[in-house]
Amino acid sequence: MFYREAGQFKATYAADQQLFPIRQDRWAIATILAIAIFIVPLIANDYWFSAILIPLLVFSVAAIGLNILTGYAGQLSLGSAAFMAVGAVAAYNFQLRVPGMPILGSFILGGLSAAAVGVAFGLPSLRIKGFYLAVATLAAQFFIPWLLVKVGWFSNYSASGVITAQAVVIAGYAFDTPIKKYLLVLVIAAVMALLAKNMVRSRIGRAWMAVRDMDVAAEVIGIHMLQTKLLAFAVSSFYCGVAGALYAFAYLGTVQPEDFNLDLSFRILFMIIVGGVGSILGSFLGAAFITLLPIFLDLLLTKLAHGFNLNLQGGAISMAQLVVFGALIIFFLIVEPHGLARLWQIGKEKLRLWPFPY
Amino acid sequence: MRGWKQTMLVLLAAAGATLSCVPVIAQEAGTQFIGILGYRVGPYGANGAAFFSGFLDYLSLVNERDGGINGVKLSWEECETEYNNTKGVECYERVKTMSPTGPTAIHPMSTGITYSLIDKAPVDKIPLITLGYGRTDATDGRVFPWVFPLLSNYWDSATAIVKFIGDKEGGAEKLKGKKIVLLYHDSAYGKEPHPVLEAESKNLGFELKMIPVPHPGNEQQSQWLQIRQYQPDWVILWGWGVMNATALKTAQKVGFPRDKMVGNWWAGSEIDTEAAEGAANGYYAASLNLAGKDFPVVQDIQKYVIGKGGNKTNPKLVGTVLWNRGVVAGMVTVEAVRKAQERFGKKPLTGEQVRWGIENLALDQNRLNKLGFGTMVPPIKVSCTDHSGSGYVRFQQWDGQQWKSASDWMSGDRALIRKMVEESAAKYAAEKGIKPACMGG
Repeated sequence: MFYREAGQFKATYAADQQLFPIRQDRWAIATILAIAIFIVPLIANDYWFSAILIPLLVFSVAAIGLNILTGYAGQLSLGSAAFMAVGAVAAYNFQLRVPGMPILGSFILGGLSAAAVGVAFGLPSLRIKGFYLAVATLAAQFFIPWLLVKVGWFSNYSASGVITAQAVVIAGYAFDTPIKKYLLVLVIAAVMALLAKNMVRSRIGRAWMAVRDMDVAAEVIGIHMLQTKLLAFAVSSFYCGVAGALYAFAYLGTVQPEDFNLDLSFRILFMIIVGGVGSILGSFLGAAFITLLPIFLDLLLTKLAHGFNLNLQGGAISMAQLVVFGALIIFFLIVEPHGLARLWQIGKEKLRLWPFPY
Repeated sequence: MRGWKQTMLVLLAAAGATLSCVPVIAQEAGTQFIGILGYRVGPYGANGAAFFSGFLDYLSLVNERDGGINGVKLSWEECETEYNNTKGVECYERVKTMSPTGPTAIHPMSTGITYSLIDKAPVDKIPLITLGYGRTDATDGRVFPWVFPLLSNYWDSATAIVKFIGDKEGGAEKLKGKKIVLLYHDSAYGKEPHPVLEAESKNLGFELKMIPVPHPGNEQQSQWLQIRQYQPDWVILWGWGVMNATALKTAQKVGFPRDKMVGNWWAGSEIDTEAAEGAANGYYAASLNLAGKDFPVVQDIQKYVIGKGGNKTNPKLVGTVLWNRGVVAGMVTVEAVRKAQERFGKKPLTGEQVRWGIENLALDQNRLNKLGFGTMVPPIKVSCTDHSGSGYVRFQQWDGQQWKSASDWMSGDRALIRKMVEESAAKYAAEKGIKPACMGG
């Protein structure tokens, strides 16, 4: 009913090719962005900014990165956390060692450093595929944190190997409170998501999808394997690198190479699997599911325990939360193996046909 | 499938409704609220459960026996961090907002989480108490006014271990030419002792080899193979959680004598030695606090808290190293609040006021006896320049059943530590643009 595009005529090629062809979608995106920029800062508190919204956006950017590589180009990777670590440490070092370096420049250079490393670890993708490639990218996951710890230069010879990120100042304006950091991360995440959305429907994106669907056929129609696959690794690692820099500068404020462990790589992989492989929206939904649901369950179970006046043994709630979280992941994957983004897509189709769905 | 989705929607709606209907856990007005970043699940859950049970039991004791601190009752909320830095930050933000006076003081119980909170604490005006862990150079309170590595820090521990080994060898000069391995947890925690051990090795002339064990450390074949090839005289075990028991068991397998192994205080609890099943006999470990149930405070907790079924503490934990350490952590928090009450009045106090209380905390032997702690911990005197307040370490040896004291309270090379703390803190201050100064009140 509300979601019918009847009467929306597209008179120009530009109108036909725009990013969100349905008017309602454009309105929805604009409304969500407006709420995120203008309304949320008015109602949310520090807890929401520092513990929920900032990590959600940071992990969404990382999930978009992995989705580009795995969801669009079909190259399985377990190195996302390592590329995040490269981005974080590189941004720190550019900020530290290049006098007068603008912080956004450091973020971009951090992303580019991650892209370079990503290309290096993407080289095996020219020869191997699928699970074997995943194992090859695992090398990055073990090698990079080890290297960052081993070579003291990366952490500026900090005794414990922990880096403290510098203050975020753009053109003399300090992003020092959670609310300012949130807005910064929001703008960066929104721009990067829009770029990704554009990229995946460009020539490059179509080449990636062709490679994903059948690489021999893609080669036959003239897609250059080397360029396409390595570009996917570069772009994906760039996104992960920027996410890592944001993680260091806007979220935790410190970088401990062991934070970027295999566990985090798996979490990012779960984000895109739960959210939807090959979907930008899915990256956000998956990041929300994996980062927010445990917090939500924890709050819910704690409140239930308080509400019923249960004197539980310490840790019972935490364990119950893990059990419920695991069960929910399985439940969602059974109900919708294509991820939450697919649920939305089905809902959208139903809405367009409402009230006579078939 | 359709039915499934409807069920799911109903479930989600129900969950949402519960979340919004159940009132926010209101902290009883007029109580001193303590926010707790605990962990009882995950790879370090067993250690966390022991520590935080002791912590809660002491807080309950103060409420049940004394009716609070000078009549101000305590209330608290525990948030599960799983020893994970991002969860730790989430919990910190959560407990921060739970009471108008803030969470009193935070015990992160994780060196990693401590590092993530060091920059947040001054902004939020919440003191961090890092009892025997965390950032060592925070001992210099002029640079880190909000961080208190109370009792002793890692460098105290490391140098005391070296001194202890020296004593066993018959004098510090006998260490010359000896080979010592540091087997460490590959994290910020495991790397803290590196600079001071390197300095000690230069000063005393022993060879030092540092071997990392990746988290969580339940597989150490290759590390112990390296150790066997190197044939060291002593191994310093700097582990946490499952890594400790694995190290002891693997040492037994490769035939390295356990009485040539010294752990730091996070590698010396019953949880580690009991899990090692006999492989731990003869193993030494440093300790911040004594184990045992003979202390009056432990008796009181048995009587007032555990006997009444409060906190559901596992009775097996009572009197263990980590449980007693939790009790000590509770005690220093409570005593800091008591100290701050002397100045700011008998009402719930803010983090800023409690910070003053910690910085002026002084517990001499008389006071400790009165509190029922006796010799469980050394006397503590905190000041702006010395945020640790003691620096003493004691060694104990596992006899197969329990920890037996193997030394008196001793301190390591305090002059060396002080010099390195000041250098390291000054470097941090320069990097962060902090002007070192005492904060006062």
